[in-house]
Amino acid sequence: MELDALTLARAQFGANISFHILFPSINIALAWVLLFFKLRYLRTGKQAWMDAYGFWVKIFALSFALGVVSGVTMSFQFGTNWPGYMQTVGNIAGPLLAYEILTAFFLEAGFLGIMLFGRPRVSERVHTFATLLVAFGNSLSAFWIIALNSWMQTPTGFVMKDGRAHVSDWLQVIFNPSMPYRLTHMLLASGLTVAFLLAGLSAYRQLKGDRSAGNGAALKTGVRLAALLIPLQILVGDAHGLNTMEHQPAKLAAIEGVWHTERGAPLLLFALPNADTQRNDYAVGIPHLASLIIKHDLDGEIRGLNEFAQHPPVAKVFWSFRVMVGVGVLMLLTAWFGAWQLRRDAPAALLDRRLLCWLVGMTFAGWVATLAGWYVTEIGRQPWLVTGVLTTAQAAGQATTSMVAGSLLTYLALYAGLLLAYVSVLFHLAKKAAGQADAAVVLQEVQA
Amino acid sequence: MNAAYWLPVIFAGLMGLAMLVYVVLDGFDLGVGLLLPLADDAGKDRMVASIGPFWDANETWLVLGAGLLLVAFPMAHGVVFGALYIPVLLMLVGLILRGVAFDFRVKARDPHRPWWNAIFALGSLLASLAQGVMLGRYLTGFADGALSWLFALLVGVGLSAAYALLGACWLIMKTDGPLQARAISWARHSVAGAALAVLLVSGVTPLVNPAIAAKWFALPQLFLLLPLPLGTVALFALQLIILPRLARRQAVGNDRYCWLPFAATVGIVLLAFWGLAYSVFPQVVIGRMDIWQAASDPEALWIILWGALLVLPCIIAYTAFAYRVFWGKADSLSYQ
Repeated sequence: MELDALTLARAQFGANISFHILFPSINIALAWVLLFFKLRYLRTGKQAWMDAYGFWVKIFALSFALGVVSGVTMSFQFGTNWPGYMQTVGNIAGPLLAYEILTAFFLEAGFLGIMLFGRPRVSERVHTFATLLVAFGNSLSAFWIIALNSWMQTPTGFVMKDGRAHVSDWLQVIFNPSMPYRLTHMLLASGLTVAFLLAGLSAYRQLKGDRSAGNGAALKTGVRLAALLIPLQILVGDAHGLNTMEHQPAKLAAIEGVWHTERGAPLLLFALPNADTQRNDYAVGIPHLASLIIKHDLDGEIRGLNEFAQHPPVAKVFWSFRVMVGVGVLMLLTAWFGAWQLRRDAPAALLDRRLLCWLVGMTFAGWVATLAGWYVTEIGRQPWLVTGVLTTAQAAGQATTSMVAGSLLTYLALYAGLLLAYVSVLFHLAKKAAGQADAAVVLQEVQA
Repeated sequence: MNAAYWLPVIFAGLMGLAMLVYVVLDGFDLGVGLLLPLADDAGKDRMVASIGPFWDANETWLVLGAGLLLVAFPMAHGVVFGALYIPVLLMLVGLILRGVAFDFRVKARDPHRPWWNAIFALGSLLASLAQGVMLGRYLTGFADGALSWLFALLVGVGLSAAYALLGACWLIMKTDGPLQARAISWARHSVAGAALAVLLVSGVTPLVNPAIAAKWFALPQLFLLLPLPLGTVALFALQLIILPRLARRQAVGNDRYCWLPFAATVGIVLLAFWGLAYSVFPQVVIGRMDIWQAASDPEALWIILWGALLVLPCIIAYTAFAYRVFWGKADSLSYQ
């Protein structure tokens, strides 16, 4: 493959936005979990909940910092990488981005200081309220950006005049056909990401000898949240798929690997989609199941890629989807088994060593599934940037290849380093907290 | 006067406001980062604690400034940040490094701590230099040639000195004891650098850009504009008078008026910014594009304007509230 400016611009934007989404996907739900910890503390008066808050707010601060700095990068790259984007759909993207900055970014950043460091200086009520506003701001920013992303997928509420999009109905722009599904899907994905992060790091602390009630509370919260959200996510994911079939049938055909329109299509578990021969190599599938899932009919017809003049690259979409669903299935099994193991309400929530190790292994499962899901939806939209309105190639800028290549390498090196530092600091914090909790327990035993 | 005329003017004003607030707010915390290597370990912790509750929100003003350029003047966003591709990249790398080092330095293992301190300072330096270079390149209309690059580099050094001054004055206001004494001495050293920077930008900009010279050196506006340079000189003179006196008084435990150097520096930034805005307006890319040519359709600007009018007062109110909560001398930060 030749590395032209368009490919490089896409790779750079993809690298930046992939790195960025890791942190909002933690922050959106973690802020609500922190509010939950705080409210439980206020209600029960148990120090364990405040201990859990104290540990997890550090993780939140770190993730928030990474989210902010990678978000600043995004605000510069919209213009430099995709000048044609604002020229064509600026009347829609501009106000949505502006509202995200004005209503959400400032809200979360403005109250973050009070949430993190304000407890000695403000009343308990103001501190709780600041936590609530940070959580609300985070979710609000997801609302705006997903409204815009969904509009790019399924644009409605506008007319084209002289090559520029003009809004005819803002409600239709914001609440476009795929928006409610994508927003719910993403919010649940954030919840699951945080649930497994909570469970994984708490399990790690328990493996390091932490038997504190605070850690137990976080572990139980994580496992139970996961067990609660994963079936909801499967339902919403299915509804989202039906929505895709209606509005973006080419993406659905790529997801299912259906090259030619067929009745009673099998659900492919494994296949190597081959773009040259327009068929799947080494396909293993369950007969009729794809038709059953999508059409709710064993012999339902699924439109194939042959019906579309332009369609996304099949293999990437096909495999990203399978990674997402595969991780989802693992999540379901893990969460339900874990919740069953935790059914008795013991404060320290002690679990079997093998299950703990497994939970540690699943710590970042949410990241994998979230990224894979975004690849399905974003690559699945290609070759369009805005479906039917603007292709990615039309929007690309004139930056020279060597400059983009240089900056891409810089970002990649930086992000690899930061990711490594982030993950290792998370586990370092957990180990340190486990050591302190262990010492506290020993001290209590000595005093007793 | 129709909407197509004054909407871009309002948005140029809003964008200018966002940039100004950014330079003052992130200026002091970038400056604290620049000064970090000069302090001892306890001093370092206190310095970081003094900016801890604010830096996220401060940086949001940059997102607003760049965001307004993107949504209100999309043609200019592509041209400006395309031409500034490399300095923008370096600035972003700097901001990323310092933003994460800020958190990592207290959370990572102890042996790694000096490294994160160094990254915090280096990131701050890189971001400050790059922002100055961006300003310098912008003022010459992205002219090629070694001289205009040299000018840009000097502006980079000058802006860093100005940020160091802001940071030092912030620390004078927010700390006490030995750290405050050192901050006063840092401020005395950076005043000269900041003054040189203002002089350089004011002197060279009309030279490299005749259109700007014409806007300044004609009667009668020259007289109307005189308060800008005179006010700047007066504020610098004030710094030179109060800093040594404050140093003497501080040594005997009296730091009354410790907020005055910071206020004077903010005043200098305001005047310098006003001068720059006057030089550039109504152009958005100097010599190539004015705000009306670069602006979005009025329909988009209207809807953003309504949102901004509604939300900006709230933002200012809760930003003020956050500063009030952390009013007074900075104490060590804890999450509990």
